[in-house]
Amino acid sequence: MSEPGVIPEDVLAELLPPDEKAEGRAVAVIECHEEIPCDTCRWVCPVKAVIKPAITTPPRCDWDACIGCGTCVLACPGLAIFMVKLDGEWAEVSVPYEFLPVPKRGEVVWALDRVGRRVATAEVVRAVTSKDRTSMVTIRVPRGLAHSVRAILPPEEGTEG
Amino acid sequence: MAHPILEFDRGREVEFNFEGRRIRAFESESIAAALVAEGILTLGWSPKRRRPRGFFCGIGKCSSCLMTVDGVPNVRTCITPVRDGVEVRRQRPLGELPKAPPPEAKAGELDVDLLVIGGGPAGLSAAIEASRLGARVAIADENVRPGGQLIKQTHKFFGSRENYAGVRGIEIARILLRELDGLSATWLTRATVIADYAGRSHDVVVSTPEGPWRIRADAVVVSTGATENMIPFPNNDLPGVMGAGGLQTLMHVFGVVPGESALIVGAGNVGLILAYQLLQAGVDVKAIVEIMPKIGGYAVHAAKVRRMGVPILLRHTLRRAVGRERVEGAEIVRVDESFRPIEGTEERFDVDMIVLAVGLTPSTEVPRQAGAAWDYVPELGGPVPIHDPYLRTSVEGMYVAGDSSGIEEATTAMLEGRVAGAHAAAELGLRPDRAEGVIKEALRQLESFRSGPFSAKVVRGKQRVWERAREVIG
Ligand SMILES: Cc1cc2nc3c(=O)[nH]c(=O)nc-3n(C[C@H](O)[C@H](O)[C@H](O)COP(=O)(O)OP(=O)(O)OC[C@H]3O[C@@H](n4cnc5c(N)ncnc54)[C@H](O)[C@@H]3O)c2cc1C
Ligand code: SF4
Ligand code: SF4
Ligand code: FES
Repeated sequence: MSEPGVIPEDVLAELLPPDEKAEGRAVAVIECHEEIPCDTCRWVCPVKAVIKPAITTPPRCDWDACIGCGTCVLACPGLAIFMVKLDGEWAEVSVPYEFLPVPKRGEVVWALDRVGRRVATAEVVRAVTSKDRTSMVTIRVPRGLAHSVRAILPPEEGTEG
Repeated sequence: MAHPILEFDRGREVEFNFEGRRIRAFESESIAAALVAEGILTLGWSPKRRRPRGFFCGIGKCSSCLMTVDGVPNVRTCITPVRDGVEVRRQRPLGELPKAPPPEAKAGELDVDLLVIGGGPAGLSAAIEASRLGARVAIADENVRPGGQLIKQTHKFFGSRENYAGVRGIEIARILLRELDGLSATWLTRATVIADYAGRSHDVVVSTPEGPWRIRADAVVVSTGATENMIPFPNNDLPGVMGAGGLQTLMHVFGVVPGESALIVGAGNVGLILAYQLLQAGVDVKAIVEIMPKIGGYAVHAAKVRRMGVPILLRHTLRRAVGRERVEGAEIVRVDESFRPIEGTEERFDVDMIVLAVGLTPSTEVPRQAGAAWDYVPELGGPVPIHDPYLRTSVEGMYVAGDSSGIEEATTAMLEGRVAGAHAAAELGLRPDRAEGVIKEALRQLESFRSGPFSAKVVRGKQRVWERAREVIG
């Protein structure tokens, strides 16, 4: 059985972009698969790249249309949207973040997987904060972790990291 | 500590007396919140066995914070603001009536078309719709700050664009209050409705700090929300065992975080959301325990706490709270297929807070006192007044909306409030054509919001209630 509260592998496989769609460009990865009454991602997208016929249909991203702007990452009330950009040996992963302090560009943070395990340390490439106080933090991780890193944690004081 | 979402405007510093001790507080705080902030967790004792009792619900519904304030016994200190020089005493264990007769209280009187009882999302929406249609509206709420549960919900809401999807609950409260401000409704805060003598019209008794009010209204909308559920386990009355909403009130309304580590009971949306909010307030959340074999809340809410490292333990329940004067730990245990604890699987967590997120029960005292027909509907959280799709009850001119008509969500509470407010106005002969449009649109949105599998249970309950309404209302 899969971990409680973690998206099951087979469901996840359907939601991840094929490598070629994310090679060299950031695209949204929408990890929201239940029929919940929400359609924020659909109406915030400036290029209508989120496909969602009814309010309770799970969203899908049209990766050809997505311009990787991150608007949906900042808006999603479920904090369920990420962005991934594959870049040779590396990948950039953008995660929504609602804690303080918001790490700055160049800082090194822990990269966490879907159950909060520290799988790598990673450099912050970018951090933006919306008017309503959700941040999006983009980190650089080895390509192999592009689809397992989904959160960050600032390093504790006094620990190397 | 700074909060990632909130800024606290705490107002002036004041000082009050607590059993001979001077306590510094902010004028924006409730007495109970100010005491908890000082580390005073025992707010009273149980009448028979003298067990310590503490903060639980934070919204005036559970009575565990009753104290004597300036000589007046049994004051709900969680909804009573601090004032300079006020005298606060715990009761050992019951309060005593003052010897002197109470000063002659001047009764206020008011005559309105519609009285809205409770100023949460349902009540605010009802008041807005009815005022817009031209009704003279009064709105009474027993809390210090209006907005109901919305004023503590720091997270962004689901729903559709028309219903503030993607907007934080606290911001939705501001939007609704601003909208109502622009209309001409009369506000009564710290005003508890205690009875509605319904006949040809409604004669409503309201208790306020200045004295009783009598409000005559042609129609009333009851939107009194809900009370948090308690579950049985040894020591469940220890200070430090709190309702999820109660803890949200302390953290998000008053900026008081009453502990360092927590165990949460219940993996529905409320428990999951609260876990995240505790993390945001810097609390170490040890685990969420859930007796059922699956998570009841949305997967996205579960995922966001899991990736911050919080375990969700399914088929587990709380065995007991550990501690003498306050919570010092929580013992949990695995359960079998029939929910019986499996001996030998106990596990102990050292926590100073145990948070219960095990459901809510509709607050229906007013309609039941007024004689409204009601039924026990488990899908809606317990006893609910029978109502039709327009939220009419069996009492002429009485409507019910939001959690007090069945536990659901703030989004549906707002929509139900709009239907009830508009319908009440139309019945009074105020712009029925416009009211009809409002009602139709709100009903359409309700249906669409409730169309998914997570609403199946509520829809079943509502349909049963509507069915009954055909018999009792006609
Ligand atoms: C932790 C938590 C998280 C939640 N998260 C969400 C969410 O993400 N999305 C969502 O849609 N919903 C959420 N909800 C549910 C939502 O808050 C409620 O469904 C909604 O607030 C119900 O609105 P209401 O107006 O019916 O009641 P309330 O908001 O409870 O308001 C009732 C008001 O009535 C007043 N009152 C009660 N009795 C009297 C009386 N006798 N006289 C005068 N006034 C009285 C109270 O003071 C209160 O202000 C959450 C709830 C909790 C506890
Ligand atoms: S990242 Fe921008 S373009 Fe892509 S789906 Fe989200 S909002 Fe639309
Ligand atoms: S905004 Fe987020 S939670 Fe809402 S449907 Fe889109 S992905 Fe799901
Ligand atoms: S009534 Fe005050 S804490 Fe419940």
